[in-house]
Amino acid sequence: MNLHEYQAKQIFSQYGIPIPRGRVAANPAEAKQIAEELGGKVVVKSQVLVGGRGKAGGIRLAKSSQEAEELATLILGMEIKGLPVRKVLVDEAVSIEKEIYLGITNDRSSRKPVLMASAEGGVDIEEVAARTPEKIIKILIDPLLGLREYQSRDVAVSIDLPKPFWRSFISLAESLWRVYRETDATLVEINPLVITKDQRLLALDGKMSIDDNALFRHTDLAEKRDLDIEAPAEIEARKYGLSYIKLDGEIGCMVNGAGLAMATMDIIKLYGGSPANFLDIGGGAGADKVAAALRIILSDANVKAVLINIFGGITRCDEVARGILAAIGEVKPSVPMVVRLVGTNAEEGRRLLADAQMITAETLVEAAQKSVQVAQGGA
Amino acid sequence: MSILINKHSRVVVQGITGHEGSFHAQQMIAYGTNVVAGVTPGKGGEWVLDGKVPVFDSVKVAVEATGANVSVIFVPARFAADAIFEAADSGVPLIFCITEGIPVQDMMVVRAYLDQKGVRLVGPNCPGALTPGEAKVGIIPGNIAIPGDIGVVSRSGTLTYEVLYALKLHGMGASTCVGIGGDPVNGTPFIDALSLFEADPYTERVILIGEIGGSDEEKAAEYISRHMTKPVVAFIAGQTAPPGKRMGHAGAIIEGGSGTAADKIQALNNAGVRVARHPEEIPSLLRS
Repeated sequence: MNLHEYQAKQIFSQYGIPIPRGRVAANPAEAKQIAEELGGKVVVKSQVLVGGRGKAGGIRLAKSSQEAEELATLILGMEIKGLPVRKVLVDEAVSIEKEIYLGITNDRSSRKPVLMASAEGGVDIEEVAARTPEKIIKILIDPLLGLREYQSRDVAVSIDLPKPFWRSFISLAESLWRVYRETDATLVEINPLVITKDQRLLALDGKMSIDDNALFRHTDLAEKRDLDIEAPAEIEARKYGLSYIKLDGEIGCMVNGAGLAMATMDIIKLYGGSPANFLDIGGGAGADKVAAALRIILSDANVKAVLINIFGGITRCDEVARGILAAIGEVKPSVPMVVRLVGTNAEEGRRLLADAQMITAETLVEAAQKSVQVAQGGA
Repeated sequence: MSILINKHSRVVVQGITGHEGSFHAQQMIAYGTNVVAGVTPGKGGEWVLDGKVPVFDSVKVAVEATGANVSVIFVPARFAADAIFEAADSGVPLIFCITEGIPVQDMMVVRAYLDQKGVRLVGPNCPGALTPGEAKVGIIPGNIAIPGDIGVVSRSGTLTYEVLYALKLHGMGASTCVGIGGDPVNGTPFIDALSLFEADPYTERVILIGEIGGSDEEKAAEYISRHMTKPVVAFIAGQTAPPGKRMGHAGAIIEGGSGTAADKIQALNNAGVRVARHPEEIPSLLRS
């Protein structure tokens, strides 16, 4: 789950990381009010969960509170990459001497957190990483020890940070580590971390992603989820603990397990069809979850056929069959459904579905071929 | 024969009185697995599964009383890391964690700790292992595989069943099938399982089932080209998966855009591994 810049910076600030003075506004009048409090010269920043806000014109400098109001009106009426701007962050404008990159994320390869820093922070950091990887300093953190002071000091030296800033940089890195650790973040990033003309370190921007699996112990953060970036069906799916991603095709898929779900999408494509969605009902899904999954799939008007591919393990095929029957009774689907049940309690599942007039398949290839055929109008 | 588990394995089930734990412990016993104990704090002293399996309050006591040497964990995600620590601290050398949804930072700490202790973890978010005809630890349906000389290692759960089942329909069997789990931080990566299969005299061929994300398949490809004498056939899921919505730059900097199905298939092909177009094509690739 991703947080907005203003939310991330509020958290940074609670952990002692210096951020610019500023507040979030939901309308132009509020933006004007905040700009007046900050002395007029401000940056008005759209709060949407996509990259490239600046290049899209969603971050603008205002020289007066009047101009801040005008820019807020403009930006609050924008859509950036399809997302409506509902809030703007109004921050004091600062004079920048230098831009640094600082972030902590999970390094899958080493299975440890990694702290990354670069003297060449700013919007082109990915280009810096691709072209001159030696300019990105990476320090692996032992999860049992945490970030050690010497590591932060090494980073400060490696990015040629002037010596007077070392102490505040080390303390800032320590704070960022604590944010990462204590919020179960998968990403905490300050880009840019600036040295201001008046010689302060300041986190000008902030990004945070939180591990969805850890939200049970961060209910305060879970409430901050921005639903704009998700399709309504995806929100509905999450309520039932389903993993659903809408795609552009016409064969709705219900599968247990992410790997098998992807393999099922792949084989539909291989046989000339196109998957309408990724949907993993997870392990051990009961009848109610299956019914919800089928309702969500059928809510997509593009769906011309449904392929249900269940290989029972921790999931029991009889439970799945009950869910299918419950959903059919409720939504009365008008599209053909191809069902393949194998594994735990498959026989009972097939017996339950025997009277439901569904197309059955023994193998994955057969299931894919039949669903492509019926989706294209064949019998 | 096998890797990791066989008919002599003595299994303790953590979370044996839960919905999943009791169902799958029953299935393991029905398959012939030597399930010697269960653990549920607060239910020590009870006997479950038709009075066949004693329940203990802690793994430590279960190990002392029964000599269990393999643990399988079915406890909910929020308690799973603790269950793994408990098993490791009780002297269990091999732990299978079936639980899905464990926070990734929990797993990074677990992994660092287990590496220091020299304890092997398989999973989490995995189906466990099956040595056909001998034992199963976890949730792989026993009846979908027959004994044979093919080692199977997979990041996926149900996709693994698909492959075992396809093998069985062609009269082909597995030495051991091990699901290593799909989480970003797991206990046993592909290369560990590959080296176990390479060393197992009863495994003649190996199937590797991967999926998009991370770089474990690429590392496996490198390992295969350098160290494997046994032929390997692979399948990679996720060729049609849309690229994930990414935020911030750290992911791009650290992974550099790798992890696609095409990258992985290329790396495996370069290592001399034949990659199937779909799971049911694997048997014919093994024959040719």
